[in-house]
Amino acid sequence: MKRILMALCLVALCSAHALAGEVLVYTALEDDQIPRYIKSFKEKHPDITVKFVRDSTGIVTAKLLAEKTNPQADVVWGLSAVSLMQIEQAGMLEPYTPKDGAKVLPSFKDAAADPAWFGIDAWMTGFCVNTVELGNKKLPLPASYADLTKPEYKGMVTMPNPASSGTGFLTVSAILQLLGEEKGWAYLDKLHENISSYTHSGSKPCKLAGTGEAVIGISFGYRGLQQKKKGEPIETVFPKEGSGWDLEANALVKKAEIKPEAKVFLDWALSLDAMKEYAQSFALTGYPTGEPVPAGFPADPSKQMIKNDFEWAAKNRDHILAEWTKRYDGKSEPKK
Amino acid sequence: MPTRADTAPLRTAVSESLFSERRLRAALLLLAVLWLVCAVVLPMAQIAGISLRNDHGVWVGLANFKTYFTNPALSTSLWNSLYVSAATTLVSVPLAFVFAYALTRTDIPLKGFFRGLAMAPLFAPTLLYGITLVYLFGRKGLVTTGFFGFFSRVLGFDPSVDIGLYGKVGIILSEIIFTFPQAMLILSIALRATDARLYEAAQALGASRIRTFFTVTLPGVKYGLLSAVCVSLILCFTDFGAPKVVGGQFNVLATDIYKQVIGQQNFAMGATVSVVLLLPTVLAFLLDRLVQRRQAALIVAKSVPLAPCAAPWTRLFHFCFCSLISLGLLVFLGTALFASLVKVWPYDLSLSLLHFRFENMGGGGYDALSNSIRMSLYSAVAGTTVTFFSAYLIEKSRGMRSLRQTAYFLSMAPLALPGLVIGLAYIFFFNAPTWQLAGFAIPNPFNRIYGTMAILVLCNMVHFYSVCFLTATTALKQLDKEFEAVSESMGVPFYKTFFRVTAPVCLPAIVEIGQFYFVNSMATVSAVIFLYSADIPLASVAVANMDDAGDIAPAAAMSVLIVLVNIVARNVFGFVSARLSHRSQSWSKRAS
Repeated sequence: MKRILMALCLVALCSAHALAGEVLVYTALEDDQIPRYIKSFKEKHPDITVKFVRDSTGIVTAKLLAEKTNPQADVVWGLSAVSLMQIEQAGMLEPYTPKDGAKVLPSFKDAAADPAWFGIDAWMTGFCVNTVELGNKKLPLPASYADLTKPEYKGMVTMPNPASSGTGFLTVSAILQLLGEEKGWAYLDKLHENISSYTHSGSKPCKLAGTGEAVIGISFGYRGLQQKKKGEPIETVFPKEGSGWDLEANALVKKAEIKPEAKVFLDWALSLDAMKEYAQSFALTGYPTGEPVPAGFPADPSKQMIKNDFEWAAKNRDHILAEWTKRYDGKSEPKK
Repeated sequence: MPTRADTAPLRTAVSESLFSERRLRAALLLLAVLWLVCAVVLPMAQIAGISLRNDHGVWVGLANFKTYFTNPALSTSLWNSLYVSAATTLVSVPLAFVFAYALTRTDIPLKGFFRGLAMAPLFAPTLLYGITLVYLFGRKGLVTTGFFGFFSRVLGFDPSVDIGLYGKVGIILSEIIFTFPQAMLILSIALRATDARLYEAAQALGASRIRTFFTVTLPGVKYGLLSAVCVSLILCFTDFGAPKVVGGQFNVLATDIYKQVIGQQNFAMGATVSVVLLLPTVLAFLLDRLVQRRQAALIVAKSVPLAPCAAPWTRLFHFCFCSLISLGLLVFLGTALFASLVKVWPYDLSLSLLHFRFENMGGGGYDALSNSIRMSLYSAVAGTTVTFFSAYLIEKSRGMRSLRQTAYFLSMAPLALPGLVIGLAYIFFFNAPTWQLAGFAIPNPFNRIYGTMAILVLCNMVHFYSVCFLTATTALKQLDKEFEAVSESMGVPFYKTFFRVTAPVCLPAIVEIGQFYFVNSMATVSAVIFLYSADIPLASVAVANMDDAGDIAPAAAMSVLIVLVNIVARNVFGFVSARLSHRSQSWSKRAS
């Protein structure tokens, strides 16, 4: 009996020891979301140290792909599904279904029989419009993508560079899907005439609009609503034609030594506790939580979102980015 | 009195110890060369090698360069870089010249204040120049809006102007502020070294003042002027902080490297752009070296120091000029401070310390600041030790000419290396688990330090090496070589002389080197942005990251903290220097 007890103790000790490690998490979630989200994980697993590498979607994607031969990350948390599809195609993901994986809506997870990624929320294009500046210029609130190309908004629009920003990419991808490639690029050409600058991150256009440096920032819903809460004169507009959107999803990185802590982390990241926190920032989450839609979002958010072909977006991402860079990145200043 | 028999063993003892001492010196000198080869030559060779391969490591010759020059999106950056560098230099060197002239050749009041203020921009990361310009000249800037409509409301006229900041205007303005102090430093050293007799002769011959300026003053400082031009060109050509913030869609080489490497993880193209960036810089460096060699001593034993000009109109003009520049700098720094304290620019101008909390924000906040301070301290200590000791070995050794010349050239070479290129080269050199050499795979002995504090310190040491090395060499030159000769003949080992005489006498220079390393390590972004790891966030990188995320006010706040740390450090170094000189420099005063 004593022996069994000792053995049990030993096992308990070992397993406790095994979980006292650390996980390296690559994420593109917002800087102001992470501390709020991670709180409940820290409470439940005080012995696991979580280290973050946080950057814009494009950067995290490029970093993961660049480390293909010697992956550093254990877990990807909250990265664009389009990017994760690309990473999956590179054979860098290990399929793992977390505890609450079955609860996740079918449209929110990898379609494969053994899914490699699970979505936690959907985020969508929103225009951050500075109402004070617009009022000073006596201009109406833009309501659609089409409005943004009107000559009266010349030099007032800022948007994220799709090569580095996930928000930038989902917007460009939505425009190309809504209008078709030919008309889509023609629209972007016209939009370019009104753009004052392309930014590195998807949140910067909104923050620039918040300070009046830009009047209209093409960004995403959460950001604009957040800036308004801070007291900035920002109105968030969801375009009439429908918003481009993408999922933020989690996945396990395939590497020689997969840590048990990584799976613990992924289990937590799909748990109801975590999901409820995501629901404070986003209108749609991986599975319904019963939380109300955050103020400022359309009442039925799924109607605002376009019919998004992720397969197409993932397959064409490289090509779209190359074309975009050729057309707009090399131009010196936009003509005044 | 010793007999002949007594002295004989003594002499052999001396020559023996000399023999071993010579060997020790040679070994140390060799070590100095070896350190420069490992820290400078090999990483640079690596980056050149990578620019000749594709992303999979296959040799492609000049294909990357061909891609670069045939892609208009990329190659316009080269012209853009050259354009802003030339424009900046054309403005900043003349301004610096007049300023330096006022400080050295006229007897205007407040010289110490003017000099101190002119140096202030060196304390901040170049990103701050861009950020502050946004607050002054951006769409909601103080100047653009006429101080938020204050002028038009109160004074009844509207002085607001929109200079169209984003793009080349913004870059050139930032770079002028960035290069001004450095050009001013070089020019004031050049202007100080002159011989009053030349001016007396010119006056006696009846030359007009304008003629004297062009025939005496300018030729006298032509080497300094060329140096200032080269340094200013190199600095703006390689800076990345300012274009990143205010460049808009105006691409330059330095931001291209960043975009290629950080944005697209395209290392081969990053290396290629680095080599393109390196070529003009190395050319400017070689030109400067070549010309400096021809410089003959202006000051000879018979020289008479020039009395500063006291003509009232000259004084007034120069005083006004210096005041104007200083006022500009004060407004500039004041705006940065103001912007970091304003709650919601420009809609809620109440002041708060909100942006100094760095909550819910990338970059690392106060951890980053304390890491930066630690890194700068380590860089100051390690850098000063290595720099001063190798300068000593090179300057104060006899014989071993070729070894010393090699060491000297290698010590000057980092002057031509942009921080971004050093950083990128260090990724390639230190992150590779093995080196491929002539078909052999050699395990990389330095791989361990990748991602640690050590590589950051090493990178700073190399980045700021040359200027410190020059300072050390200048200080050492003022010490007579007799000290070495005497101690040698007395059988005192050189290291004793070094610690008892050389180092104490050169203390002011040593403290100055330490300060230079500290201040620059605090402010640098370019070299460390590729090398810092998630565990060791840095303050200057945090400024870049917060700006990327659009958190501009906290980015300004972090820059203000960096400037404050540097001001404190400068005062501490000044205090230490004053205390130490009191004890070690009394020899230089006459006994009364």
